[in-house]
Amino acid sequence: MAVARRGVHRSRWIKLQIFRYVVLALAAVFFLVPLIAMFEFSTRANAGGRTLEYWKSIFAYPDLVNFNLGPAPDAAIDASLELALITSLVMLVLLVPTMVWVRLKLRRLSRIIEFICLLPLTIPAIVLVVGLFPMYIWLGTNFSDSILTLALAYVVLVLPYCYRALDAGLGAIDVKTLSEAARGLGASWFSVMWRIIVPNISNAILNATLLSVALVLGEFTIANNLLYNNLQVELVHLGRANAGVSIAVAVAALVFAFILLVILTFVGGRPRGTQPEAVTDLAGPLAASQA
Amino acid sequence: MSGRSGVEVRLENLVRRYGTVTALDGLSLTLAPGELVALLGPSGCGKTTALRLLAGLEEADEGRVVVAGEDVTGLPANRRNIGMVFQAYSLFPHMVAWENVAFGLQMRHVSTAERKKRALDMLELVGLGRFANRYANQMSGGQQQRVALARALAIQPQVLLLDEPLSALDAKVRSRLRDEIRRVQLEVGITTLFVTHDQEEALAIADRVGVMQSGRLEQLGPPTLVYTRPATPFVADFVGLTNRLAGTVRKGVVEVRGTEIPLVQPDVPDGPVTALVRPEAVTLATDGEMSDGPLVGTVIAVAFLGAVSRVTVDMGDTTVLAQLPTSAVAKTPAGTKVRLAFRPDPVLVDRPS
Repeated sequence: MAVARRGVHRSRWIKLQIFRYVVLALAAVFFLVPLIAMFEFSTRANAGGRTLEYWKSIFAYPDLVNFNLGPAPDAAIDASLELALITSLVMLVLLVPTMVWVRLKLRRLSRIIEFICLLPLTIPAIVLVVGLFPMYIWLGTNFSDSILTLALAYVVLVLPYCYRALDAGLGAIDVKTLSEAARGLGASWFSVMWRIIVPNISNAILNATLLSVALVLGEFTIANNLLYNNLQVELVHLGRANAGVSIAVAVAALVFAFILLVILTFVGGRPRGTQPEAVTDLAGPLAASQA
Repeated sequence: MSGRSGVEVRLENLVRRYGTVTALDGLSLTLAPGELVALLGPSGCGKTTALRLLAGLEEADEGRVVVAGEDVTGLPANRRNIGMVFQAYSLFPHMVAWENVAFGLQMRHVSTAERKKRALDMLELVGLGRFANRYANQMSGGQQQRVALARALAIQPQVLLLDEPLSALDAKVRSRLRDEIRRVQLEVGITTLFVTHDQEEALAIADRVGVMQSGRLEQLGPPTLVYTRPATPFVADFVGLTNRLAGTVRKGVVEVRGTEIPLVQPDVPDGPVTALVRPEAVTLATDGEMSDGPLVGTVIAVAFLGAVSRVTVDMGDTTVLAQLPTSAVAKTPAGTKVRLAFRPDPVLVDRPS
């Protein structure tokens, strides 16, 4: 009887495994085919055969990349990378303390904050541009017309995604009790944030950062309509002049995002103290020394 | 560590309102140096609010908090030097046990070597020296609360606050940790306020017990006094089980079912009352005359509680609980006719319900 039951379990397990691998394979095909096609196109030589000419010539376009990082980047990739960094930092500085404070002191405002943060999701980018246009004219006239001012619009753009990621992280810890415990032990509010809250939501912060970097690197509509040249805008221009280089840059950007994702996954890792071997190792002494 | 003397703590006329709800309604309480006072009461009675006001986690609408003669009412929590153990497990998940205990010392800029040494000493004090390098999720609930206790004591606070620290634990661990807390508190000699809704816990651990209701202190006194001489019917009802029996006051004594019992309260006017009689003040006899009378009833249930048992007797118009040594209840199984007697311990009376 038991043997038969075990047999049924085993066949069900095998079916489940097959189903999993089929789903994984379909997803992989869905994502990889366009990538492989792009890579194939970007390495196709005019006379047949393979060439890395397009890849090598990425660096021959000073409007695309010239490693001149600073307050006024004049190449699209440089600008997009700087924008990704500034947007992520501003988003974190703005969002993390606000969300923690709302959880601690202003619970009744949590719905309103959530609504405000999710609002950009419902506004099409083109509508956002119409609203932002007068502000950018004013900014350009009175302060700076640097492409980096786009970070202001991008912070609004990434808000809904980052809010969700951070909200999930904060929901997983008891922010109120941990903060009160730290305050009672003499911690200032800055110490509470920096030493207690941030380390405990580091995964959520990494996720939010990744989302914000990915969104900024892939943004086209706002930059194009506000007449700034970021990576995506430059790719479109380049596509008209030299499709091979344009596709090579697009593949490189995707690979960059993929590498970033892998790095963040491994850096974030699993929280300390949850290694299965450690827990197994403790089973004996724990049972013996229950308080 | 031992022999350090505690400080006096005074809560003076504290008022705290949440909108239209008054959580604390003029609470005044003084803790003597080194004393452990337990605040006991039902949910929403204001006991946790009182503790949070003392910790500085909330602000009082009126009144003062005085610690060691210094008015700390306006001081934020991080400048009060008060240790606190929370009901919820509050260990920092990203730190191991000794780092948790050392956190308060780090905030006081104690050197790394010194704070590690002191953290390990505190862990030894609570019997968890071996667990110094464990994360919170590698420890049981009881162990986590012991680390939390060590963490609260490591900063050498003037006052220790315990906010239902045992309520999330199972019964056996709870009673052991309760004794452990008392041992450590006596060893350190720190003034301690312990908040709980568990009367057994409060009576077992405290030098004095304060029973609260609706934001006010109903009675404050040694556990035996609170139990044997409850000041109000609420205290009698809340602390321990009580039989509510109809009676009549006449010339300073109350007559219950034909038996005269002395009164706790002086000056009760003559007339009908409800007498509050403890189950342990009720005795049962099975021999002698069992003809019907006001003191004769039938046992309907016997609950075994270990060394004692609780017998429920149907008196026709009411039921009476009696608590007897388990060895004595063998003669009174369910269905037995018994005759009640009341010990002449003074009882409290309430208006008839």
